[in-house]
Amino acid sequence: MSEINRQAQQLSATILSNKRIGQYHQILLNVGEMVRHCRPGNFVAISIGDESSALVLRRAFAISRVSDRGEYGGTLELIVAPHGAGSRWLCSQGENVELDVVGPLGKAFGIPTTPVQAMLIGGAYGSAPLFGLAEVLKARGCRVDMILGASTSSQVYAPLEGKRSVNSLKIYTEDGSTGTTGIVTDPLRELIEAGQIDVIYSCGSMGMLAAIQKIVEGTDVVHQASVEEAMACGIGVCMTCVLPVAAEDGSVSMLRSCIDGPVMDGARVKWDLVGEVFGATS
Amino acid sequence: MTNSFDFSTTLSNAWFPTPIFTASGCASSGRELSQFFPLKNIGAVVTKSVMLKARHGRPTPRMAETPSGMLNSIGLQGPGIDAFLTKDVPWLVEAGARVIVSIAGETIDEYASLARRIRSVPGLSAIEVNISCPNVENRGLVFACDPEASRAVIDGVRKTLGGELPIIAKLSPDVTDIVAIARGVIEAGADGVALINTLLGMVINTETMRPHLAGKTGGLSGPAIRPVAVRAIYQVHQALPKVPILGMGGVRSGRDAFELVLAGASGISVGTATFGNPTALIDIQKQLQELLITKGFSSFRDAVGFAHRNDDVDGA
Ligand SMILES: Cc1cc2nc3c(=O)[nH]c(=O)nc-3n(C[C@H](O)[C@H](O)[C@H](O)COP(=O)(O)OP(=O)(O)OC[C@H]3O[C@@H](n4cnc5c(N)ncnc54)[C@H](O)[C@@H]3O)c2cc1C
Ligand SMILES: Cc1cc2nc3c(=O)[nH]c(=O)nc-3n(C[C@H](O)[C@H](O)[C@H](O)COP(=O)(O)O)c2cc1C
Ligand code: FES
Repeated sequence: MSEINRQAQQLSATILSNKRIGQYHQILLNVGEMVRHCRPGNFVAISIGDESSALVLRRAFAISRVSDRGEYGGTLELIVAPHGAGSRWLCSQGENVELDVVGPLGKAFGIPTTPVQAMLIGGAYGSAPLFGLAEVLKARGCRVDMILGASTSSQVYAPLEGKRSVNSLKIYTEDGSTGTTGIVTDPLRELIEAGQIDVIYSCGSMGMLAAIQKIVEGTDVVHQASVEEAMACGIGVCMTCVLPVAAEDGSVSMLRSCIDGPVMDGARVKWDLVGEVFGATS
Repeated sequence: MTNSFDFSTTLSNAWFPTPIFTASGCASSGRELSQFFPLKNIGAVVTKSVMLKARHGRPTPRMAETPSGMLNSIGLQGPGIDAFLTKDVPWLVEAGARVIVSIAGETIDEYASLARRIRSVPGLSAIEVNISCPNVENRGLVFACDPEASRAVIDGVRKTLGGELPIIAKLSPDVTDIVAIARGVIEAGADGVALINTLLGMVINTETMRPHLAGKTGGLSGPAIRPVAVRAIYQVHQALPKVPILGMGGVRSGRDAFELVLAGASGISVGTATFGNPTALIDIQKQLQELLITKGFSSFRDAVGFAHRNDDVDGA
């Protein structure tokens, strides 16, 4: 039995605010009691469209932050990139609109029991769940450094208040429009060699996650990667979101990134086999 | 009124308290959905088609959303029959669910071997024989596209299984004459038919200018295929009014389920709708019951095939 979505519920959530931040929309939802079960790394699945225009499948979004102290009770924040039909629809919804939300879903980031040096790496909207994670790690006494990357400045999501929960924040853009010109993996090898990283928490494109794992390979650094595969159901029933992952004995199987992830042990994921057939039967 | 309304149904000798079932491959093994409602509250759980050996299935991307539907190319990923029978079936039986096991094979012998493993498993209501999965490497393997091959599969399963457990043959709509295929599997020993599996389709990504799915083709499901399902069910019920039909294809509401019932379905599987709404089965079940009562039916079974009443008195 998957114990993972034990706390998942389906509810109607009101949009409290929808603000543009760079290329993204920061959407604040009133979800009440649900926040008590949300952990950094969990996601929600949202139904898109009204009765006449509804899309068949939900869309998945990482939970960026939750709060149970606001004037509205439990609130949950999403960072949404308007991209295709679904995310654009979501970004165009205003205050007081009711959304059909299922969550919290998926496996959260593992939180160390003793203080460690944590490096949080986010690509584009992949930084969304990292600020909530930073707060939790900080509260556990961890040192929290963060590196964010994107192709250009408007795709960097780094809210002011979020910066307070990290010890350091470095930004890389490919076009140099903000921060250092380059990509997030550039400084990594040096920091690992200097012994400044015990655990990497990453969230971003599969290419970025794979590149981080390559650098981590052979070191003692633990890599918890939050993967993004296309999901049809988000609750483990359709098998569309699978990734090749090695078990302890080395045997590879296709695990569902929605319930066995999205957070996975980077060392176990067979990054080079993603999207490949590796033998039709085992 | 609700109290006296009889919502139960039968498929051959199997009885179900309600006619709303999961669709094979759209509820995994059932556990994942049990977080949203008790599985014993629906008619039955139809499990994901299981093969003899464990399978990885097809590479990703395996999914593309399409107008009012989706394409999938899962490729029958699963744990294999032994792991399935030791881990999943006992759990479902324990949870009080009625269980219909779906099997799929690459050869006629594989189906018979699967039937042999299942023969002595307690607690099963029926066996669905998936001879119509479009997500196999070789389209020639789609038994349900060939009348002789479909007969041979069902004949093998029937002989191995003996006479107890009802056999439901799941057919593909991608054929010229679905009635001929249905007639063939019934003659070979099937007790009923499941209509319809997905239709073969393709999406080309206009950015990459290549097929979007890694497996290139996929099965189309969802509301887009409902008229095809209604037509297939109507045709088969008209030709074979005594043969129970488990209907499926694009059911998203009680009204949609009612449409398939009017065409001749004695049970309704709900697949893709669950992806968009984890409690779709419960909602559809409630809506269907209310609708039937509003229309003045005193039992579900009176509504089965009701759309045929003008041209077929027996079917009404
Ligand atoms: C666990 C998980 C967490 C996620 N968290 C977030 C989040 O916090 N914020 C967020 O904005 N999105 C997030 N996503 C991605 C989000 O689910 C997709 O952007 C969304 O499904 C796109 O739906 P759509 O209808 O807008 O686009 P579709 O029409 O479904 O997509 C069109 C095509 O574009 C691709 N695509 C979609 N979005 C992007 C993108 N942003 N960049 C590049 N290609 C894309 C799709 O793969 C598809 O092929 C997450 C996804 C997963 C699985
Ligand atoms: C992701 C997915 C996986 C499926 N897997 C199976 C399967 O393993 N065996 C099977 O007989 N049908 C399978 N089907 C077909 C469904 O059971 C059903 O026949 C079809 O999807 C039409 O119903 P729907 O429109 O309600 O989904 C699958 C469908 C989908 C969408
Ligand atoms: S999205 Fe359906 S199983 Fe993961």
